[in-house]
Amino acid sequence: MNKVMSNKWFIALYIFPALFLVSVLIFIPLLLTGYYGLMEWDGIGAMEFLGLDNYIVAIQDANFWDSALHSFLLALFSTLSLIIYLAVSMILASKIKGSDVLRKIYLIPMLLSSVAIAQLWIKIYDPSNGVLNTILATFGVENPPLWLADTNIVLYSIFIPIIWQYAGFYILIYYAALKNIPESIIEAARIDGASPLQIAFRIKLPLIMSIVKVTIVLAIVGSLKYFDLIYVMTGGGPNGASEVMASYMYKLAFANNDFGYGSAIAFLMLIITLIVTYIVRKLTATKEEIQY
Amino acid sequence: MIKKKAVTLIISLLAVMLIAAGCADSEDETANSDTGAENTGETSTVEFMHLWPEGSSAEHHRIVNDIIDDFEAENEGIEIDLQVLSNEQYKDQMTVLSAGDELPDVGMTWAAGYLDPFVDGDKFAPLDDLMEDGLGDQFIAGTAESFEVDGSTYGLPLELNTSYVFYNQTIFDEYNLEEPETYEELEQVVDTLSENGEEPIALGNRDRWTGSMWYMYFADRIGGADVLNDAIDRTGSFEHDALIQAAEETQNMVENDSFISGFNGLADEEAKSMFMNDQAAMYMIATWDLPNFTTNEDVPQEFRDSVGYFKFPTVDGQGDEDSFVGGPGVGLFVGENSDVQEESKEFASYFVEQWGEMAVTEAGVIPATTVDGETLDLPDMYVDVLDDLNEASNLTLYADVQMSAGVADTHLDLIQSLFGMEITPEEFAEQHEEALSNE
Repeated sequence: MNKVMSNKWFIALYIFPALFLVSVLIFIPLLLTGYYGLMEWDGIGAMEFLGLDNYIVAIQDANFWDSALHSFLLALFSTLSLIIYLAVSMILASKIKGSDVLRKIYLIPMLLSSVAIAQLWIKIYDPSNGVLNTILATFGVENPPLWLADTNIVLYSIFIPIIWQYAGFYILIYYAALKNIPESIIEAARIDGASPLQIAFRIKLPLIMSIVKVTIVLAIVGSLKYFDLIYVMTGGGPNGASEVMASYMYKLAFANNDFGYGSAIAFLMLIITLIVTYIVRKLTATKEEIQY
Repeated sequence: MIKKKAVTLIISLLAVMLIAAGCADSEDETANSDTGAENTGETSTVEFMHLWPEGSSAEHHRIVNDIIDDFEAENEGIEIDLQVLSNEQYKDQMTVLSAGDELPDVGMTWAAGYLDPFVDGDKFAPLDDLMEDGLGDQFIAGTAESFEVDGSTYGLPLELNTSYVFYNQTIFDEYNLEEPETYEELEQVVDTLSENGEEPIALGNRDRWTGSMWYMYFADRIGGADVLNDAIDRTGSFEHDALIQAAEETQNMVENDSFISGFNGLADEEAKSMFMNDQAAMYMIATWDLPNFTTNEDVPQEFRDSVGYFKFPTVDGQGDEDSFVGGPGVGLFVGENSDVQEESKEFASYFVEQWGEMAVTEAGVIPATTVDGETLDLPDMYVDVLDDLNEASNLTLYADVQMSAGVADTHLDLIQSLFGMEITPEEFAEQHEEALSNE
């Protein structure tokens, strides 16, 4: 067997199917998107070569930067919400009553499709019949907020379901990581007189730090390319107040029939996401991992 | 050891043979269907894509299936391969399919601005032969024309829509309100309703075109039938006084709390359901929703009986009540690159003819072909609408349909800002002017 694995031809043979699929499904479309960005193209008729015009226009496009800002805000909120997820999973992982049931409850949003979640929250936010404003009305709030219609708050109104949607995913990851910590270490700390908070911050957190770093990257990258809930709940409106990079790209390509420009935005999104990922990796890099 | 190897070898060989056999089979099949299309003795398949899913347009959906069944029965050798998508998905799919040159043989398209890129890209076949073959005479004047590009027709219209303000008679009666004939009366109706804690007008402006209809009516009443059209086709300007005043009046209505709260975040469907659940007194929509107010069995009889409608009122004594905002809805196109173009054209013209009658009698929508309303047993509201159409002095095509895709999107965004009080009427006009002249 070792002989086979050291034969370069065999290595190539084994890698080929995966490599082929990855290039056909990912790298070639990526390059094509960049290439379409160089074109004036309505997606239907003939293409016309423009050079870098689309990219130059995009860099000066205030709407694009607004949507990019919204994407970054989402990334910030998602990253901050990791703290809540972490706290929740710490509580769940310690032996409390009903933690099994609670864990399942947190997982439910993961089982729902984004469109179903969007529909659910549209109903919750409904200005006159929604659960939220009905509750506010019983508390005597005269003019409850118009959650999805007010340009000042619509973005945050959408962040809440997004954060809710991914709670189960991150809690599951943290929970699994926490469960992996050998009980003996915690036991030893407890005998030494460490308080639960000290155990959480001094022992558990450092031990799962590598997982936390992975989730930070996941949350940021996921936020930068986020699309579905926003598309269904507001379509980027009112008047672009909840537009993110992906929904702006979609709108240009599909609603405005401007595939060339849409592709340019998509390619810029890729570049921005790559840069941010690189920076985050650099910032969170440590010399050595803590082992148990 | 040797035995093991032999077994593995045999199994692998079998697997390879199986895969090979599978491939060969499917090749045979495709070969068969290929010859089928060329050979008139066998079946040719026409792909047809439409946007009336069973869930949201039950009657439309059923009629389409009936027409297809009839067509297949009458034309042996032609089979219709059906694909159904909902409105927004349909639009996306059209763009994706045409980029890959995979459009269905027959499908639905919108008129004017939507149509242009497809015609420029040689995706739709000209249908002049069908039009000259007698089909052309059946359409209501003005409908087929909006599917024309450079004198050739590229779509066979199926619907004709005009927009009205529908109202809930029960709510109106409760406060002794009458159908308003002037804008001032409409304002009074709104005031009375608000004072009594009723939501006056349902509006789902997340979909933006709903707000555009209100603006268009103001423009029409204040500036006459042509001022908006002229601004769009560049013979006039969007900074015309009447168009700015129309924007002002629109904002006046918003300031008077005429519309349900949060309208900019609500979809048209949500606004509609508020109207249909007696939660709002009025609702502006086009005649494609007539079935909900007349024949649709899923809507409670009590509600259907209490719906009335009025034409958009005159403003400051200006304007003509018989001038409508509306236009043809969807029409059928035939793919330019279709392998079965003859059969597709045959199906498209058959469809339009059948649709004309069945749409009226069974779905209660206004088709784009002329119908003799006298001989049919129709709901009263429907007959009234047909009468209005006969007396109509003008029909202004929906602004977003008139414009090309990019400008239409700017227009719709501006409508949302206008309703959201984020821009002044002057800025509204100015930014339209800018978008249109950059075309």
